[in-house]
Amino acid sequence: MTERYVVAIDQGTTSTRCIVFDRRGRLVSLAQQEHKQYYPKPGWVEHDAAEIWRNVERLAPEALRRAGITEEQVAAVGIANQRETTLLWDRDTGAPLGHAIVWQDTRTDDLVRDLRDRPDAKLVEHDSALPLATYFSGPRVRWMLDLHPELRARAERGEVLFGTMETWLIWKLTGGLHVTDVTNASRTMLLDVHTLDWSPTALAFFGIPRAMLPEVRPSVGVFGKAVAAFPGVRIGAALGDQQAALFGQTCFTPGEAKCTYGTGSFLLLNTGGELVRSTHGLLSTVAYQIAGGPTAYALEGSIAITGSLVQWFRDQLELIASAPEIETLARTVADNGGCYIVPAFSGLYAPYWRSEARGVIVGLTSYITKGHLARAVLEATAWQTREVVDAMNADSGLDLTTLRVDGGMTADNLLMQFIADVLDVPVVRPLAAETVSLGAAYAAGLAVGYWPDLEGLRQNWHRAAQWLPTMDPRLRTTEYRNWQRAVERTFDWTRPS
Amino acid sequence: MFTSWHRVGNVPGTVQSIERAAAVLRLLAGTSGHLALGEIARSLDLAKGTVHGILSTLRHVGFVEQDRASGHYRLGATLLNLGTSHLDVNELRSHAINWADPLAARSGEAVRVGTVADGQVLVVHHVFRPDDTFQTLDVGSLLPLHATALGKVLLAYGAAGSAPAEELDRFTRRTIRTPQALATELQQVRDAGWSREVEEMTPGTASLAAPIRGYGGLVVGAVGISGLVERVCDSHYHPHHHLVALVREAARAISRDLGAARR
Repeated sequence: MTERYVVAIDQGTTSTRCIVFDRRGRLVSLAQQEHKQYYPKPGWVEHDAAEIWRNVERLAPEALRRAGITEEQVAAVGIANQRETTLLWDRDTGAPLGHAIVWQDTRTDDLVRDLRDRPDAKLVEHDSALPLATYFSGPRVRWMLDLHPELRARAERGEVLFGTMETWLIWKLTGGLHVTDVTNASRTMLLDVHTLDWSPTALAFFGIPRAMLPEVRPSVGVFGKAVAAFPGVRIGAALGDQQAALFGQTCFTPGEAKCTYGTGSFLLLNTGGELVRSTHGLLSTVAYQIAGGPTAYALEGSIAITGSLVQWFRDQLELIASAPEIETLARTVADNGGCYIVPAFSGLYAPYWRSEARGVIVGLTSYITKGHLARAVLEATAWQTREVVDAMNADSGLDLTTLRVDGGMTADNLLMQFIADVLDVPVVRPLAAETVSLGAAYAAGLAVGYWPDLEGLRQNWHRAAQWLPTMDPRLRTTEYRNWQRAVERTFDWTRPS
Repeated sequence: MFTSWHRVGNVPGTVQSIERAAAVLRLLAGTSGHLALGEIARSLDLAKGTVHGILSTLRHVGFVEQDRASGHYRLGATLLNLGTSHLDVNELRSHAINWADPLAARSGEAVRVGTVADGQVLVVHHVFRPDDTFQTLDVGSLLPLHATALGKVLLAYGAAGSAPAEELDRFTRRTIRTPQALATELQQVRDAGWSREVEEMTPGTASLAAPIRGYGGLVVGAVGISGLVERVCDSHYHPHHHLVALVREAARAISRDLGAARR
């Protein structure tokens, strides 16, 4: 019998990757292509969706060629994508109407501020379980329709379609199927997360015609058959990238959590079949829905600045030549010397949500060296994780027992040990580093029966490294208190002009 | 202004571009400040384009630096620290990590990446054997050079300086004990391109390793697997071919990564 494989398309913010996995969840081949970032104005970030699709068309055969396999050997393809990035296109021509507005884009700032003042804003926040913010897709659709009033009439007739990146890719792959999955839909502010269908209240609030929206489908389940890029192959899954990482880390049980450490960091905790509303500044989101099976929800804590603080240390302060050298420099000293860095470069995210806060370095004395600063840089990532974990424990009533980690910063042993120390739980890194694409592959393979069940996927998860807490509890308490005092000093720095 | 040895002539049987590069370096070393491209070209009586190519190459390997503001050239920090400079261990790990994981997944054994520190092997990266049994990270620990596969690679390719000349520490009855026996073994490593160690450190375990090469082919570390003898070796104590192939493949991949990353 010919060996069969599963392919993941990881459509990320800076690049698109196609990755082939085997039955044991091992990476067989990878093809990757970056796409252009457009910054037309300060705070604006755009992508060319046509370019991204061309990349997928090129990468698909390349990944199969590198694996030495044909389409017939691909059991299913799964999609993981950058979330909240918003695109409109023409139903008849299939051509994008302008660039996609990327999740980092803050052009809807004024619009969101106006919308927030409306009395029915609370109803939308209830249905979507999200706070009204520029981060999500709904305000962006409204912004586009406001800018081009002729589009609104066409959207009402269903001639103009909206989609996030997985919707766009499935449309192109299948030659015209207009669908989304619940995880991506849950980031639009347009989904009622209780019924898992579009919320009439939210659509009326934003003035978005229902005819332009895709059909909401489970994340894990056959969407359709591809006619392009992977002709004849079934599309078995679509998930937002952070939800895909949670799936790839096999966090299927309530209380299991993962944190992906990159430029920023995203901690997701599986809360099971119950939607947990955060009272501590976290986001409630859909973790995954299996067709004909259960829906799992998650709490999400986003940390804006983690890896990017190391980049700042390298590029702006020029104290190190490469990011990994931060560990070398930090190891030249035994502790932080009383110095703390709070990287509130553009305010603080979870659990504070203080946009007026700005970064501080506190505790400076003539004793402090660049080694202490390097320590403070790494410790900032760990303490920010601790704050999010505390908020999650309080919201969910579940006490985190282990943190599963992935992402580039897991190469830093000093940081991983410090995270274990300040959380007082073991930190484990899985053997599979590509958790986002692995999650998409797992979900797609599960949908077509390539893997039998969640338990089968769990058996593919192997521990590659583990860091156990060793910190004296009294020191942990004192240091946490110091960190919190440092955070307080960032508040109220910028003043309205 | 400059003495005659700065002038570049053609000596038969030598590589002209290297002679010219050496002249550029001597010129830069002989001046206290920085030199502009035009000054260097004039001093050596070479075309600006030729000198620019030489300077770009020297910049690429870190022997020359260019001032951001003036565009002038000076000797690079790498050249000044030649002999003591080495690849940052955390940098090495960040390049090795993407290849060490698949090696552990495919071989089913624990993976370690090592470099030299204080005449021993410093473990800079460790991936657990993927069987989810309790294992402890030993990043930062030191291992003997002559009794580990990682150490033999580092010795064989000169990454650890010259091999020890005195009697060697004994760990098991199979440990290599004399400098002569070690020299023979290291020659075999160089011939084969990989190293082995069977019960020389701990009874019942064996290890394999291959060299990680940095810029210009210099060996900067070693990557290897270790596990129970009966899994790593056949009944004649020969390592399984497919495991050797996996280790060498991973070492080549990390080397490519390092070469490509150093721009």
